[in-house]
Amino acid sequence: MSVKNFILVCGGTACESSKANEIYDAIVKETKAQNVMDDVQVVKTGCFGFCEKGPIVKILPEDAFYVNVKAGDAREIIAETIVKGRVIPRLLYAEEGLPKAFEMEDIQFYQKQVRVVLRNCGFIDPEKIDEYIARDGYKALEKVLFEMTPDQVIQEMKDSGLRGRGGAGFPTWAKWNFSKQVQSDQKYIVCNADEGDPGAYMDRSTLEGDPHSVLEAMTIAGYAVGANTGIIYIRAEYPLAIQRLQIAMDQARDYGLLGENILGSDFSFDIEIRLGAGAFVCGEETALLCSIEGQRGMPTPKPPFPAIQGLWDKPTVINNVETWANVPVIILKGGKWFSSIGTERSSGTKVFALTGQINNSGLVEVPMGTTLREIVFDIGGGIRNGKAFKAVQTGGPSGWVITSEFLDIPIDFDSLTSIGSMMGSGGMIVMSETDCIVDVTKFYMDFCVEESCGKCAPCRIGTKKLYNILNRISKGQGVMEDIAKMEQIGEAMKKAALCGLGQTAANPVLSTLRYFRNEYLEHIAEGKCRAGKCKELVRYVINPDKCIGCTACARKCPVNCIAGERKVAHTINNNLCIKCGACFTGCKFGAITRL
Amino acid sequence: MAKMTLEDLRKLRETKKSDLERRSLEGKDIEIIIGMGTCGIAAGAKVSLEAFLSAIDAAGLKNVTVKQTGCMGLCYVEPTAEIRVPGMPDTIYGKVDADTAREIVETHLVKKKLVENHIFDRPAADVIRN
Repeated sequence: MSVKNFILVCGGTACESSKANEIYDAIVKETKAQNVMDDVQVVKTGCFGFCEKGPIVKILPEDAFYVNVKAGDAREIIAETIVKGRVIPRLLYAEEGLPKAFEMEDIQFYQKQVRVVLRNCGFIDPEKIDEYIARDGYKALEKVLFEMTPDQVIQEMKDSGLRGRGGAGFPTWAKWNFSKQVQSDQKYIVCNADEGDPGAYMDRSTLEGDPHSVLEAMTIAGYAVGANTGIIYIRAEYPLAIQRLQIAMDQARDYGLLGENILGSDFSFDIEIRLGAGAFVCGEETALLCSIEGQRGMPTPKPPFPAIQGLWDKPTVINNVETWANVPVIILKGGKWFSSIGTERSSGTKVFALTGQINNSGLVEVPMGTTLREIVFDIGGGIRNGKAFKAVQTGGPSGWVITSEFLDIPIDFDSLTSIGSMMGSGGMIVMSETDCIVDVTKFYMDFCVEESCGKCAPCRIGTKKLYNILNRISKGQGVMEDIAKMEQIGEAMKKAALCGLGQTAANPVLSTLRYFRNEYLEHIAEGKCRAGKCKELVRYVINPDKCIGCTACARKCPVNCIAGERKVAHTINNNLCIKCGACFTGCKFGAITRL
Repeated sequence: MAKMTLEDLRKLRETKKSDLERRSLEGKDIEIIIGMGTCGIAAGAKVSLEAFLSAIDAAGLKNVTVKQTGCMGLCYVEPTAEIRVPGMPDTIYGKVDADTAREIVETHLVKKKLVENHIFDRPAADVIRN
C-alpha cells in the first residue's frame, strides 16, 4: 500500500526548541491511534524559515500549511485533514487584513524573493537548449525580430526602467539609445562577466544555470542598436561558466539562433568569448575594452563613453550579466510588468550573494525596495550562533558598510546613495560581533593594493599607504594622527583617482571610520581588539580560581605553551603563545579569559 | 539540426512543453535533478551524482532520469537535488551527500517515502509558469 499523505514537521533549530519533536511524536502516535499509519508518513524537514510562527506543519499533497501547531492539535490534524480531507482554519496563518493563507506561497513571508534573473536557475539543464526553449526561451527574440522595430525595443526597455546591475545603475535603455543614434559601419554588444568582488558570485551562477538568457538578450540588443557582433568578457577563473556558455553558443548556432539570418530574418548576429586573466580592474568598462583589444587592462578617461566610441573606437553597448538576464523577460512580459516590481526609480529585482556570518547563506533575489533587515533576518535566517549583528558590507572593495541603524532602509539605488553607500554589484557580506572592523578593512585594502592597476598615483600609492596604516593599527602600533591621515588620503583618492575603482577604493576605510571610529580608537589608544581578531592585541590568561587542572587546554595547545600539573591551575606562556584561541574555545569551565 | 525558421522554433517549443506536461500527467518516469553549479560541485554534487547512479543500478530501477541544473540559491544546504516521483509531491532535498543520495533512492524512489531531515523548498515562486 502506498502513502497518500505526507505530514512535514519543521525540524529547524528554532522549531526544535519550540517543541517540534513533541508534535512529531504526537502526530505519529495519532496516525497509529486512528489507524492511518499506512497511508501517512510523518517526516521531519529542514527549516521552513518562518520560525516566529513555528512549529510549522505542512501537509502534502494538499499543501496545507499550519502554523503555531501544538502537540494537542495532532488528533484534529489526523481526524480532519488526513481522514476527512478538511483544512483546519484556526491553524492557518492569518495576516491582518488578508484572507487566511492556505498554501505556503500565499504567505507574505515566502514572497520576499522574486526570481526574474534567476528564473531558470534550478529548473533547466543549462546544457540543453531545448529545456530553455520549453520555458519560453528565445520567444523574446522571436517577438523582437518579427513584431518590433528597434525603436519599439528601446521604448520597451525605457518603460521597464531597468538600470545597470553592475552597480552604477545607469539606465540601460539610454546606453542602447546612444549607440543606436551613432552612424557607424560596425557596432559591438559586450557582456561584462568579469565579476570580481570578494564574496560575489551572482553572475557566475546565472551563467552556469541559464547561459542562453544572456545570449538571447545580447542578440536582442544587437537588433535594437544595429550591431552584429557580441563579445562576452569572462574571467578564466570561471571554467564551468565558460564551458556552459560555449555549449550554449554552439547549440544556438546549430539551431540558427545565432549566425546569419537568424530564424530566416534578415538580421545576423554572432557572439564570441574573450577570457580575462582575472584582474579586478578589468571589470571597469574602459579597462575591459582595452583588455579585449589586446592591450593592458587599464581604464581610460570618460568621455568618450563606450556607447559612442568604445571597442576599436566603435559604438559599444556594455552591460553586465545580471542586466542582460533581465532583458528577455522584459520583452516578453512587457516593460510595464517589470516596472511594477520594485520601487518607482529602481524597478525590478536585485540578486545578492549573501555570505559571511549568516545562517542561510545563498543567492537571494528580491524586489528592489526590500529592506536589509528582511534580507538578513527573514531570508538569511539571522546571524550565525545567535551573535549580534554588526554591519553588512555591500559592493565589495568599492562598497560601504551599512550598520544596524540603517537596517530598515529600502535597498534601491537612490536610498543607498542617500546614506553614502552604493548598490554595488551584489556581494553582501554580513558581519557580526565576532568580526573586527580594522581586520576586515585591512582585508579589503590588501585586495585593493593587489588589484590596483598602477596607472594613476592616487590609487597606486593611496591604497598602499592606507594598508600600511591599517596594518600598524592592527598590530597596536597606531597613533591618533593616523585617523585624520587616513581620511585625508581617502578623500584625495576620491577626488583624484582616474577610474571608478580608484575613486571608491578608500570607501571601506572612510565608511568604517565614520561608523566604527570607536573600534579604531580602542585599537590605537587602549591596544584592544574587542573581537579578538587582531592577534598582536590579544592575550589569553587562565584564572587560577576557575581552573580545575583538567589539562584539556594543554592538550589542545598546538605549540605546547600551557604548563601545569593535573588538578592544579595551569598557566599560559605568552612568549610562545600564537593566539590561536584553541584553549579559549576548548575550556569547559570558563577559566580562560581573552584580554 | 538544420537552421530553424520561426515556425520550426515555435513547433519545437510546443512539442517540448507538451512533453513536459505529458510526463507529469502520465507520470511514468522518475527524475532526479541535481544542482551542479560551481557551488554545488564544490560541496560534493559530483560525489552525490555517482552515489545516485550506483544506487539506482543496485536497486535495478530502469525508469529514472538523472539530470543536472544550475544553482537554486540554497548555498547553505548544498548539494541539492530535486526528486520527482509520479504520485508523490516534487521534493527538494538539501545536504545530499553520498549517504543521503543512497537513502533517497532506497526510501523515496523504492519505498515511496520521504527522507527525514533533508527536505527544503524552492526560495521563490516560478515567474515563467505563473
